[in-house]
Amino acid sequence: MAEAQNIPVGSTTAGQIAVAAESTVATRMSAPASFDVKDFPVPHGREEEWRFTPLERLRGLHDGTAVATGEGVKVAVEAPEGVTVELVDRDDPRLGKAGTPVDRVAAQAYSAFEKAGVVTVPKETVLTEPIRIAVHGEGGVSYGHQVIELGAFAEAVVVIDHTGDAVLAANVDYVLGDGAKLTVVSVQDWDDKAVHVAQHNALVGRDATFKSVVVTFGGDLVRLHPRVAYAGPGAEAELFGLYFTDAGQHQEHRLLVDHNVPHCKSNVVYKGALQGEGAHAVWIGDVLIEAKAEGTDTYEMNRNLVLTDGARVDSVPNLEIETGEIVGAGHASATGRFDDEQLFYLMARGIPADEARRLVVRGFFAELVQQIGVDDIEERLLARIETELEATV
Amino acid sequence: MATLEIRDLHVTVEADNATKEILKGVDLTVKQGETHAIMGPNGSGKSTLAYSLAGHPKYTITGGTVLLDGEDVLEMSVDERARAGLFLAMQYPVEVPGVSVSNFLRTSATAIRGEAPKLRTWVKEVKEAMERLHMDTSFAERNVNEGFSGGEKKRHEILQLELLRPKVAILDETDSGLDVDALRIVSEGVNRVRETGEVGTLLITHYTRILRYIKPDFVHVFSAGRIVESGGAELADKLENEGYEAYTKGGVSA
Repeated sequence: MAEAQNIPVGSTTAGQIAVAAESTVATRMSAPASFDVKDFPVPHGREEEWRFTPLERLRGLHDGTAVATGEGVKVAVEAPEGVTVELVDRDDPRLGKAGTPVDRVAAQAYSAFEKAGVVTVPKETVLTEPIRIAVHGEGGVSYGHQVIELGAFAEAVVVIDHTGDAVLAANVDYVLGDGAKLTVVSVQDWDDKAVHVAQHNALVGRDATFKSVVVTFGGDLVRLHPRVAYAGPGAEAELFGLYFTDAGQHQEHRLLVDHNVPHCKSNVVYKGALQGEGAHAVWIGDVLIEAKAEGTDTYEMNRNLVLTDGARVDSVPNLEIETGEIVGAGHASATGRFDDEQLFYLMARGIPADEARRLVVRGFFAELVQQIGVDDIEERLLARIETELEATV
Repeated sequence: MATLEIRDLHVTVEADNATKEILKGVDLTVKQGETHAIMGPNGSGKSTLAYSLAGHPKYTITGGTVLLDGEDVLEMSVDERARAGLFLAMQYPVEVPGVSVSNFLRTSATAIRGEAPKLRTWVKEVKEAMERLHMDTSFAERNVNEGFSGGEKKRHEILQLELLRPKVAILDETDSGLDVDALRIVSEGVNRVRETGEVGTLLITHYTRILRYIKPDFVHVFSAGRIVESGGAELADKLENEGYEAYTKGGVSA
């Protein structure tokens, strides 16, 4: 996509680079992080972290009126041998180690869940099959907490698959021991009415490798907060995301990579396609390089492809650098449009309109799909992209 | 023998909330093996003719007929026209992000030929065609027209011409913005296709320069939306010496 060229009406792309000692990404939040919902005022919608979100569609997750129902969601965990799967009480010391809720809904989830899931891969255990966590909405309201913990040098792939209809707020903690390798694929394949708000906290150990793939297709409103911090140097985080926002859907991904220790890497690539009236995608990419994080190497990128009129993208990369002693730091954001001229060009070469659109969208996502590394998810994703495209024509 | 027949073609365009007639009765017949140069000043409607024939939605046909081997071209969609054998090499080829040249060419060839070309012969075919146009093979992995220089875009258009083998090729200002080396390479590509004798060529240009490389059988002067004079190659020499002034200063009743 041409860099920041060709921006459709009704979309914004903005970027800023700040070199600041005081005003950091983390402190731009209107309230400090807390596990207690009472520490956050009910948002009114003009706060920095809420200004893009249609609060009236949160179904009360933000103001305390969404009361958990018995059968909100069903969670089924399928894990290979050697993995421990537990349901634990609120006071379990393993909860909340990877991060603290940064907004009222995450704090509400933390304050309201009853039992938490804990999946543990013992140290030096290398899994050859993925752990699969199926989260199926049964039409109710639910608050959840899930911990995935890898011991030192353990290796695992985890697929978290969200389907059905639900109003769900949750926190997910990923704790990686030294030298561990974790790939998490979180698929939001909800029914049309679902509302899903979640904070993902990754704490990446020394020399560990964390890869997150977030795939968002469904739901009325999905707002995710993937966050990464490091527990030791030499660690690496890759955050990939792919979304397909349809008419009337609000899909929001707010990322933070906190380079809080030296010599760590991060790479963020999120790509989204939008189509239809009222489709709204929001991408906030915050990267903070703290003063002590010398030797940091980071890059973040967001690309959007607008397929029809009436869709809106808000894409805001923020890079804050408190030390100059780094390897590299960069960011890019661009929103392009599949326009009539591109369609004409492809058709003038004999390619029918629907195939032309498929060609462009497949090409747009191809590179990212290949990054997933879980065959059945890749196939399902490609099939889902096809279905989404058929809906346009 | 393939023939493109344009009869009394009238075309309008919407601009500034007004409907403006750009083509005011174009008559032209292009037969397989022939090369017709259409020359004219800026704003005379040359490119409108090219894009109207290809079916660009911006233009509205208000009168006349266009037949390709007796088939009504104006009834066809853009992709149907291409599959029927019309090819438009564009003056400003469009960037298509995310779609590699190799994927694009193969998808296009599959559509035009009606079946996917066999992979092994296809790879060789593309490679050889690219070599003839002095295009590096790394080109195939780049996204269509993305970041291409002006010369690269035009070579890419002619590459498609060579691979898609149309019945009628419309070259819209293929020479504009090219330096002499690029002009020669692009012209050689066009000539290779012409030498097959299987294509009718409609060469639209503002300048006579390209006609030193591509010898037309017929030259037509386009002014105010119509062909106002037709002749052989010698007419281009006259335009070279005298310019378009004789045609633009009321010498023509539009």
